Amino acid sequence: MIVAKRKPFDEIKDMLKGYKKVLNVGCGTCVAVCLAGGEKEVDVLNAELDMARRLEDNPIEISGFTVERQCDREYLEALDAVVDEYEALLSMACGAGVQFLAERYPKKPVFPAVNTSFIGVNQDVGWYEERCRSCSSCVLGMTGGICPVTMCAKGLYNGPCGGTNNGSCEINKDQPCAWYMIYERLAAQGRLDCIMDVVPPQDWRNQTPRTVIQPGYKKPEAA
Amino acid sequence: MKSGSNLEKVLTAGHFAFTGELGPPRGANVEEVRKKAAYLKGKVDAVNITDNQTAMVRMSSWAASLLLIQEGLEPNFQMVCRDRNRLAMQADILGAYAHGIRNMLCLSGDHQQFGDHPQSMGVFDIDSMQLISMVKKMRDEKTFLSGAELDEAPNMFIGAAANPFAEPFEWRVHRLAKKINAGVDFIQTQCIYNMEKFREWIRRANDMGLTEKVYILAGVTPMKSVGMARYMKSKVPGMDVPDEVIKRLQGAGKGKVAAEGIKMACEQIEEFKEMKGVAGVHLMAIEWEHKVPEIAEQANVLPRPQVD
Repeated sequence: MIVAKRKPFDEIKDMLKGYKKVLNVGCGTCVAVCLAGGEKEVDVLNAELDMARRLEDNPIEISGFTVERQCDREYLEALDAVVDEYEALLSMACGAGVQFLAERYPKKPVFPAVNTSFIGVNQDVGWYEERCRSCSSCVLGMTGGICPVTMCAKGLYNGPCGGTNNGSCEINKDQPCAWYMIYERLAAQGRLDCIMDVVPPQDWRNQTPRTVIQPGYKKPEAA
Repeated sequence: MKSGSNLEKVLTAGHFAFTGELGPPRGANVEEVRKKAAYLKGKVDAVNITDNQTAMVRMSSWAASLLLIQEGLEPNFQMVCRDRNRLAMQADILGAYAHGIRNMLCLSGDHQQFGDHPQSMGVFDIDSMQLISMVKKMRDEKTFLSGAELDEAPNMFIGAAANPFAEPFEWRVHRLAKKINAGVDFIQTQCIYNMEKFREWIRRANDMGLTEKVYILAGVTPMKSVGMARYMKSKVPGMDVPDEVIKRLQGAGKGKVAAEGIKMACEQIEEFKEMKGVAGVHLMAIEWEHKVPEIAEQANVLPRPQVD
């Protein structure tokens, strides 16, 4: 899932300082699961904003509306009828959701309430770790299911570097060396041949916005 | 000859190579470079010019390399993958060659988190292995990484680093083999203190026939103090300093530790001269350039050979 973390309260408050009527739009998918921007977090943030603005003698009328997924038109549609009542929108979705919201209501100022962090896994309640950089050319088959782009601090394709430190990364003893783990796993599987050849330079053309069209589907004529 | 560099000539002629190192200044202080270079002149075959080592900003390695050429020394231009993408790297390789630089050392680079700009973006567009093959491609195939032809190839003598001590030890020789397959001509190793482990590493490299395909220069850094030895042991990733080394330095007595450190380095150098598979020594006298003449003298590596 996509993991996000709520922005510092003062930063959110500052973004909204010129607005008196705001709709906070939550998202019921990834950011709800990682406890950053679902219905509950919308309520908490709204209560905090309400109180802080009252204390400043500058009250704000803030409502909440959590959609199933902000990255999906089908679910955003429900907002069409209410958006006009507000001066601005606050979004607790990931960066994709915020942009989709802003794209749908181009006349409304839209502000992000969370920092989108990474694609990660759930280690425990409230504890998430990054696992994928969505590089668009997955090498996990060759590296024993451990991503060198994400898990190696230098993103090396031909590691480990000279800084590998008894199984840890040179940046931090608590950070495992990705290439040490890759070696250990492949050795245990008898598959070290996977990393004997030099891996050629990566195609980083993922730095322009990417599009995926699944087999059997096509891009609509006019969106 | 691939490059015709002095280092390549010395190694090809079968001499025991002796290279040094010079860290560029944290500023535009040209005199500092000239001063350090003067200590090394005539004492080493080539001088590594570090590239923002430990991720601290310094005078660029190619610029300091040019100053060295002006002083009549041969630089070994270090390039790390941390600070530039493949466009900038290829451009700098061409520029460096155009100005007479003939050796280069391809490195990953210390992580930016260690340095004075931990907020910076680490580039790592390509890694050290891919950098080696890129320079080889530019030299031997006369094309850029993209495959497009280039107008006059940069004929570099291509070097890389190897750390015989980092875990997993079993992987170390295979990683060396990968660098050879990528196209490296010479290797300079991490500073060696654990001789037993190094002997085992070079034995494995000999057994695999690797030392016949690449020149290996053993890395030596004399210990200046007990504190330095302790720091290297506990704080520098990938460094293997056995307790015996620290004990021997401690036993040297007050005021004699540095001399003992130099003596230990010279003993190592004597062993490397006889060691099968070792083609020379890379002396990294960190901020101790003025001691290089003394060390070279004591290690019996002078005068340096003149090969035409």
